[in-house]
Amino acid sequence: MKVTIDDITIEVEAGTTILNAARKIGGEVVPPAMCFYSKLPGTGGKCRTCLVEVAAGSTADPRPMPKLVASCSTPVMDGMIVKNKTSERVHEGRSAVVEFLLINHPLDCPICDQAGECNLQDLGYEHGSVKTRYEEERRTFDPIDIGDKIKLHMNRCILCYRCVEVANQLTEKRVHGVLNRGEHAEISTFIEQAVDNEFSGNMIDVCPVGALTDRTFRFKSRVWFLKPMEAECDCKKCAGKVVLWMFGQEIYRVTGRKDQYGEIETIDDKTAWICNECRFDKKDLAKWKVTGPRVIDRHSVISQGKYETSITPSIKKIN
Amino acid sequence: MKNRKLLLENVHIPGIETFDVYRKNGGYRSVEKALNGMTPDEVVEEVKKSGLRGRGGAGFPTGMKWSFLAKPEGIPRYLVCNADESEPGTFKDRYLMEKIPHLLIEGMITSSYALGANTSYIYIRGEFMYILHILEKAIAEAYNKGFLGKNILGKGYDLDLFVVPGGGAYICGEETALLESLEGKRGNPRIKPPFPAVKGLWGCPTVVNNVESLAAVVPIINEGGDAYANVGIGRSTGTKLISACGNLVKPGVYEIEMGLSVEEFIYGDDYCQGIANNKKLKACVPGGSSVPILPHYLVTKTASGEDRLMSYESLAEGGFVSGSMLGSGGFIVFDEDQCIVRNTWNFTRFYAHESCGQCSPCREGTGWMEKVLHRLENGHGNIRDIDLLAEINKKIEGNTICPLGDAAAWPVAAAIRHFRDEFEWHVTNKDEAITRNYGLSKEPLIA
Repeated sequence: MKVTIDDITIEVEAGTTILNAARKIGGEVVPPAMCFYSKLPGTGGKCRTCLVEVAAGSTADPRPMPKLVASCSTPVMDGMIVKNKTSERVHEGRSAVVEFLLINHPLDCPICDQAGECNLQDLGYEHGSVKTRYEEERRTFDPIDIGDKIKLHMNRCILCYRCVEVANQLTEKRVHGVLNRGEHAEISTFIEQAVDNEFSGNMIDVCPVGALTDRTFRFKSRVWFLKPMEAECDCKKCAGKVVLWMFGQEIYRVTGRKDQYGEIETIDDKTAWICNECRFDKKDLAKWKVTGPRVIDRHSVISQGKYETSITPSIKKIN
Repeated sequence: MKNRKLLLENVHIPGIETFDVYRKNGGYRSVEKALNGMTPDEVVEEVKKSGLRGRGGAGFPTGMKWSFLAKPEGIPRYLVCNADESEPGTFKDRYLMEKIPHLLIEGMITSSYALGANTSYIYIRGEFMYILHILEKAIAEAYNKGFLGKNILGKGYDLDLFVVPGGGAYICGEETALLESLEGKRGNPRIKPPFPAVKGLWGCPTVVNNVESLAAVVPIINEGGDAYANVGIGRSTGTKLISACGNLVKPGVYEIEMGLSVEEFIYGDDYCQGIANNKKLKACVPGGSSVPILPHYLVTKTASGEDRLMSYESLAEGGFVSGSMLGSGGFIVFDEDQCIVRNTWNFTRFYAHESCGQCSPCREGTGWMEKVLHRLENGHGNIRDIDLLAEINKKIEGNTICPLGDAAAWPVAAAIRHFRDEFEWHVTNKDEAITRNYGLSKEPLIA
């Protein structure tokens, strides 16, 4: 099937979504995604940041679609013409969504552990306005304790439902979900139970904002002061392929390997989710085999002045 | 204009809620007619010919909806009746189910036969628990008399009918949220496509229809699709239940023939008999809280000066600039004493409360609008806020997963369009805005 996105035509398989087709092209035509996670089936459609304009539905029916559509959940049709970057309507729609997401999101980036690798921060930088028009008090939730490893900061949550899908698909039993509705909807566990499962730590990796953070890393350091290193270990539970975030010889935190869209990479045809033991308990360098520096592809402060400029060309040369 | 009644003709007969009385008055004829002499496709064809449009609010042709149903071999199909009537101002389905439950059951049997569904559900709003008992009693009677269950009328067609109560969420009236709720999950609307006609209840092809639409199948089969299409006007065929409420002399549920003039409906002796307490008409919401409000000069006449009629087309004439929608038939009338800002705030508060919280524009936008309107209504507003409101609802509209976002945005947009002076009055007369309603009445709300 041929699909044209921002005047670039590409051939994709039937059933591909517009977003995945755009990711095949790569670069600036890729719409941002806050809730869609390609490794977790069933996510997407909720945050509405990936809205695009469909200027022609297909070759058979070239009428444009009246509304902006969520590119993460709309399959492409043969001859579809999609406008993302080139559409004024998309730009307006997206900045509207960003404004909505930010009216209740606390602007506490300076003390938020997610700062530097936060999707909403990037999005706000690209599409947000300088001043807020929201004069009311921001929504707050009573903090709840979901265990000693994961910190839930509900005020920052944008309800992407990714962590719910992690619990559904990776762990044996989901104990948390969304309570209440509308503005008062919140992520919570049933009667404030602790989330305790071997793969529950992946909730932290999929969270696009700072709502779920690593308690073993909380307030230790800003991510951009740390050196990301690729490492692996023999783990029986998971792939054991991780990124160590180091300062000197000390491991500050362990995360999965995320690609440029903030999604866990696929290694050997399997999504390299990591287990809680690797994430929280192996903070000793002797337990890891460091294989090399980690290149951070996303346009983040983490990548600035780091390996991307100095080491990447030489890695390429070696390869 | 003569007033044909197709649904509520027998509603005043004592005991019509029992099977025997209903049967004696011509009940279940359509089931006999369909099962004895018609193929399922012929029933669908008859409904198509009738031009019946969905009575739940969107007005999508029912026959066309039925023909979209995917029919793969070996996979069950379902018919679901949407009795989750929770739109503010609408109470027609409640009346129909309460007074004449067998009409809905008859319509569902005939429709299920047409669609080839062997299991059908009535998803009823949780607050209608007493109606659930009425329906269950009626269903038990129908089982006893052989109109439900195995081998109906000896024709080899099986049908089981269940009534399932919801938890009382407005959003579960959206068809995919209804299906989620019916499956026992959180009532969040699904991302479309796929549509329920392809993948609905438990992943099987499903048709979701409003109570009134399914009840209307009965006269369509009894009298024929063409005869039904002769009632009404233009593409708005048949009769419509209108639940009139607000400042009327005689509010209530009326069955009207499509094409009745709005003027006659409000002032006619057979209908609402005018505005209560000899007040003047100020505004009207003709189709339930989600549709744009009309100021008095656009209620009985369209912008081009023609008489406005109770039909899908006439009420929508002028688009959103000077028209509205027939919607679900929740006819809300305001007299001169009412404050539009207060009313708009009330509607918005409802939508903010009922938003499912799944997609960001609706979750954040409805709450934001509610807060701004609350501020305006209570005299803490700013002239900027009026434009801000207009901006917010433009940003919600069309960007959400389901139509609830649009439904929340339209009333606010229309209220600002037609009653901007009232919004401005609330800003410029702050002290008065706190103490009294806008309108001709000068009595303070709070003494």
